[in-house]
Amino acid sequence: MANEAEKEKQEDPEGNLNRRQFFVRIGLGSLAVAGAGTAVFAYQFLSPNVLYEPSPIVNAGKPASYPPDSVTLDPATGIFVVRETQGFFALSAVCTHLGCLTAWKPDLGIIACPCHGSKFKPDGTKIAGPAPRPLPWLRMWLSDDGDLMVDRSSPIAARQFVRI
Amino acid sequence: MAKSLTSYFDELRDSRVWRSIFRSGPGQSNLHHALVVQSNVFLHLFSVKARKRVLDFSVTWYLGALTFGAFLILVITGVLLMLYYHPAVPLAYTDMKDLQFVVSSGVFLRNLHRWSAHAMVLLVFAHMFKVFYRGAYRPPREFNWVIGVVLLLVTLFLSYTGYLLPWDQLAYWAVTVGSNIASAVPVFGHHIRFLMLGGNLVNANALLRFYVLHCMILPLTAIFFIAIHFWRIRKDGGLYAGTPTTIAEKEGER
Repeated sequence: MANEAEKEKQEDPEGNLNRRQFFVRIGLGSLAVAGAGTAVFAYQFLSPNVLYEPSPIVNAGKPASYPPDSVTLDPATGIFVVRETQGFFALSAVCTHLGCLTAWKPDLGIIACPCHGSKFKPDGTKIAGPAPRPLPWLRMWLSDDGDLMVDRSSPIAARQFVRI
Repeated sequence: MAKSLTSYFDELRDSRVWRSIFRSGPGQSNLHHALVVQSNVFLHLFSVKARKRVLDFSVTWYLGALTFGAFLILVITGVLLMLYYHPAVPLAYTDMKDLQFVVSSGVFLRNLHRWSAHAMVLLVFAHMFKVFYRGAYRPPREFNWVIGVVLLLVTLFLSYTGYLLPWDQLAYWAVTVGSNIASAVPVFGHHIRFLMLGGNLVNANALLRFYVLHCMILPLTAIFFIAIHFWRIRKDGGLYAGTPTTIAEKEGER
């Protein structure tokens, strides 16, 4: 008996698998497939397919409600609506550093982040602080009803004003 | 005729019911004491014997035991807080305020939970420094150091997930900042943040995920690793006494 068990352990000179090695490989292979499948299922399960998050498109109201040369923050939607002589534009108020909501400081004429002290000009360009990028301009247009609309999910190149 | 209290206790320990549970029965011998420890699922994690020297305050400052004590307080107060707290956006903040102002002893339990959480983080770090500067992390205890690092991370994750649950401004922005830090991981950063929050924003899904992590997954992970951590103390030759005394320690020195 001992000799038989020993024989089973010995490698076949032609490189063939014996029965035990064959089943061990089948077992380990199935475990690997099951493990990979579980990882895929886990990833899919943990990523929600439907999100009940607010729409990225925001109605910012009538252009006339913004006084000339003004920066207006809407904290609920996280955008600045800026009115300059050249026209209107929308700026993301979400700091490009770590996502805090920035605020307009009218006495200093800058946009400042309360979390880590980044500072921006009213056109979004960075003055100082840990923020790596300027505040992005967001696509803005006039709806058929004459309301300013902003798409928070589509940043655009700077200096594209909405003229009214 | 008056029997002493100990003899009543010995009689109880010799009863059939007691012996069906604890097996070891009455006795005062060293063998009996060893049997008590070995035959108990919780106590058998620990050594049957310890050198007197390692039980001195100066050796460990009891930092590991104090950390475990803080953890026990956190489990008990945390389970009680769960009875009044709903992990839902419209309720979380008001439930937290109710715990402070309406629920009997609510403010005591909430503050105890909060202070113990702070204390636990502090104690874990202190324990780690003490172990490091005494050199108690060296072989044969190097794997227990690794488990300790895992427990440090679990403690920090417990702290972080618990931070969101009051759902106030501090919690909201701390988790916004924290999840954005996670998204700075190369390549997978945004996926990690998405999975962490269950969405793109710190919102209802994030609150629920952090709640489940804080109340179920992380505490169970902590208990699992704490058990291994304690058991390894015994397996690695007991608490480190300052000089190598056991064979394993002497081999580790080489």
